[in-house]
Amino acid sequence: MKKILKYVVVDIVQNKIVLIYTFLLLLISLSVFNLESNSAKGLLSLLNIILILVPLICIIFSTIYIYNSSEFIELLVSQPLKRKSIWISLFGGLASSLSLAFFIGGGIPILLYHADSTGFMMIAVGLFLTVVFVSIAMLAAGMTRDKAKGIGLSILLWLYFSLIFDALVLFFLFQFQDYPLEKAMVCFSFLNPIDLARIQILLQMDISALMGYTGAVFREFFGNEIGVALSFVGLFLWILFPLLLSLKRFNERDL
Amino acid sequence: MKRVLSVMTIICAVAMTAQSKVIRVGYTKSIRSIQQAVDLSQNGDTVLVDPGTYMEKNIIIQKSITLKGINYPVLDGENEFAIISVKTSNATIEGFRLQHTGRSEIRDLGAIMIYDSYKVCVLNNILEDTNFGVYVQNSKRCTIKDNSITAYGKDEVQSGNGIHCWRSDSLVIIGNKIKGHRDGLYFEFVKNSLIWRNVSTRNVRYGIHFMFSNRNTYVSNIFERNEAGVAVMYSKNIHMYNNHFLNNWGDAAYGILLKDITDSDISGNYFRKNTVGLHMEGCSRIELYKNIFNSNGWAVKIQASCDNNDFTRNNFLGNTFDIGTNGSLVLNTFTGNYWDKYEGYDLHKDNVGDIPYHPVSMYSMIIDSNPAALMLFRSLIVGLLDKTEKILPGVTPENLRDNKPVMKQIKL
Amino acid sequence: MITVRDLTKTFVKLKALNDISLSFQSGECIALLGPNGCGKTTLIKAILGMVVPNTGSIEFKGQSILGQWQYRNLIGYMPQIGRYPENMTIANVFEMMKDIRRDSRRILDEDLISSFNLNDLMHKKMHTLSGGTRQKVSAALAFLFNPDVLILDEPTAGLDPLASERLKEKIASEKEKGKLVLITSHVLSELDDLITEVCYMQEGQLAFHKKLDDLKAETGEDKLSKAIPQVLMFQSILI
Repeated sequence: MKKILKYVVVDIVQNKIVLIYTFLLLLISLSVFNLESNSAKGLLSLLNIILILVPLICIIFSTIYIYNSSEFIELLVSQPLKRKSIWISLFGGLASSLSLAFFIGGGIPILLYHADSTGFMMIAVGLFLTVVFVSIAMLAAGMTRDKAKGIGLSILLWLYFSLIFDALVLFFLFQFQDYPLEKAMVCFSFLNPIDLARIQILLQMDISALMGYTGAVFREFFGNEIGVALSFVGLFLWILFPLLLSLKRFNERDL
Repeated sequence: MKRVLSVMTIICAVAMTAQSKVIRVGYTKSIRSIQQAVDLSQNGDTVLVDPGTYMEKNIIIQKSITLKGINYPVLDGENEFAIISVKTSNATIEGFRLQHTGRSEIRDLGAIMIYDSYKVCVLNNILEDTNFGVYVQNSKRCTIKDNSITAYGKDEVQSGNGIHCWRSDSLVIIGNKIKGHRDGLYFEFVKNSLIWRNVSTRNVRYGIHFMFSNRNTYVSNIFERNEAGVAVMYSKNIHMYNNHFLNNWGDAAYGILLKDITDSDISGNYFRKNTVGLHMEGCSRIELYKNIFNSNGWAVKIQASCDNNDFTRNNFLGNTFDIGTNGSLVLNTFTGNYWDKYEGYDLHKDNVGDIPYHPVSMYSMIIDSNPAALMLFRSLIVGLLDKTEKILPGVTPENLRDNKPVMKQIKL
Repeated sequence: MITVRDLTKTFVKLKALNDISLSFQSGECIALLGPNGCGKTTLIKAILGMVVPNTGSIEFKGQSILGQWQYRNLIGYMPQIGRYPENMTIANVFEMMKDIRRDSRRILDEDLISSFNLNDLMHKKMHTLSGGTRQKVSAALAFLFNPDVLILDEPTAGLDPLASERLKEKIASEKEKGKLVLITSHVLSELDDLITEVCYMQEGQLAFHKKLDDLKAETGEDKLSKAIPQVLMFQSILI
């Protein structure tokens, strides 16, 4: 497994798009911290980048990469290698190189300008989101052989997680606003990795507004260590399930 | 005539010195009980108490005397009694450590109880583990100064207030440090009083709580980490200057809650890290100027029941939401404030933004009616909704705006 | 060496392989022939485990290959179109393959690398190479690990005549060493002097599987390109 992983990482790291992505992230993060009057405000702007840009780039790049390496995958499958190790290596290669890109582009500026618990949480959450969306991309790419369809599907998935899901939740909230919905909200947040990530960062930042108003449920759940741990378990499951599902498909797939 | 006057003066002076004597109390002295000393004293006398612990079961003072402790003698209420009760004029209680008052469901028990008095001073005492700290009822022109009042209240029902004043007039309350009571300062039907430089923290309910108390002035007090912040209700002519409202978290915590307050002045106050900095309900004709709202969840929540309140030259910095409201009726004005979220421009370079600022965000209104929506805080959909609302106001009150937002933070 | 039993594979609507049974012995050089889309490549991919059959089984040296991967250590495969990670140089690709197949513990056979003059191109990146050069790389890789079985999918397509000749020589010499060589091609003439058996497939079905000598004897034709149509015609009359 390690053998293939090495070659996938080397290949991706040399990829121009990954280099541009790293550089772009670095540029945005640095300018955000330098332009905003205080670094807390900069962090807030960076939050949007982490929650929107990182998933988008990760899911689309990974999908395209998998389609582009279909022949390479074919070549590897004809070699004495387990399919599982090929697929996991691809995932590992994508996840580690995109994580590295995020860490250099986003993590280092955060460490330079805002190295406190909020900053660390942001880096952790950004890395998790990177890996989650690589995993979702693996699933999307495994769904169809058609590259255009696959990329369309991954854009749709990104749109779903970053916009449509929340819109549906909002709609749901208004439909049932006469009922106590806090517990349902906590459950809903686990259905979307971006929401989980956002809430974790917000608990570090706009804590007063969050704590004050929705009453005990949010605070009791997300406010303590168990809640934080559970959130990360949730994010981890968001990595694991799409990956396992895609692995199952890959094992049964004809090349 | 001159002669007569000087003779009179001398006679008076002699008479005074002849009258006022000092009675010492202590284990080594002939008088060992404070109550005994008080009983022996006459108006104008001083009772001076040596260090030590005195278990005296409610000392009653009904003469104009000064009761003074040397090096904080301890008066202990044995968790059963009030410690000192005063019903007189011109009395002073100074320099004691009063501890372990009783608790009763039937009557209020406190460390220093002042009833129907005139010009009583409570100075420089340390109160520990008290039910009520200083309790003033039906009194005038009393001074409560530089006391440290600490309790360890756990819930609202079982604890009393730090400084409790009822139906009184012209009180002066200065430099007290109050901690851990139900309400740090409590006033009901108190008029014409000055509350200055007190620090009221970590109380079980409110840092300060007053009702039906008109014409009072609150200056340079600090209210921090009280379970429910500060609540003031049903009063007129209140003046609040340079107070600090800090770190009041929680489900129902306000920096300050104003309910039915009219014709008042709120200026130079500093609100930081409160869930809601300033909450106004049914308030009229309040001038709010030169206040700083920093890092609050909501800087100001103003219910539609408020009218004719003016916000001018306040700084709004780093608040999650600047203004929250619950209706579309706007009868209050916002002029010339600094809003750090203002995104307008100033072509004239006169430090006044050329387009109005709408401080109410749509999402804050959504949360107001539907708190569970907080889960979507800072999500893309909410951002888009807010931006759309800014361009085409539909839900947020169009009239709630600052027509002359200042471009630079106001120096205060 | 390789036994295929009752193999059926259906892609969405198309029946790519329809109940095929075959067996290949070592020392033979088998031509897998048939028109485009007859299922040749699918059969090869099934043997390589790249296509999972619906029914039927494939045995390699008497063992089912289902879910197995070690047996591929003994196979050298040259795909129809070889594509490789674009940022790698030829040297990288060889290194990677050596790395992947380190467990084979075979003596490396670098004959083709030298006869194709690939050594001079080692530093070139894959995406700069012409189709023919890539085919050379693919061929060199297939033979590199000295495998017992060689599976070559359209090996000469895209190769220049010289290289094509060199490859054929190499195939012949490997066959002599007692290896099993499986070649698909739709160009019949070039295989005449190389092969010992012919498999002919049509629309997913096996038309016939005969020794080349038998085939020639039956038809009286010396050329493969002429012998096959005759057999097919003969069969259709029988049916």
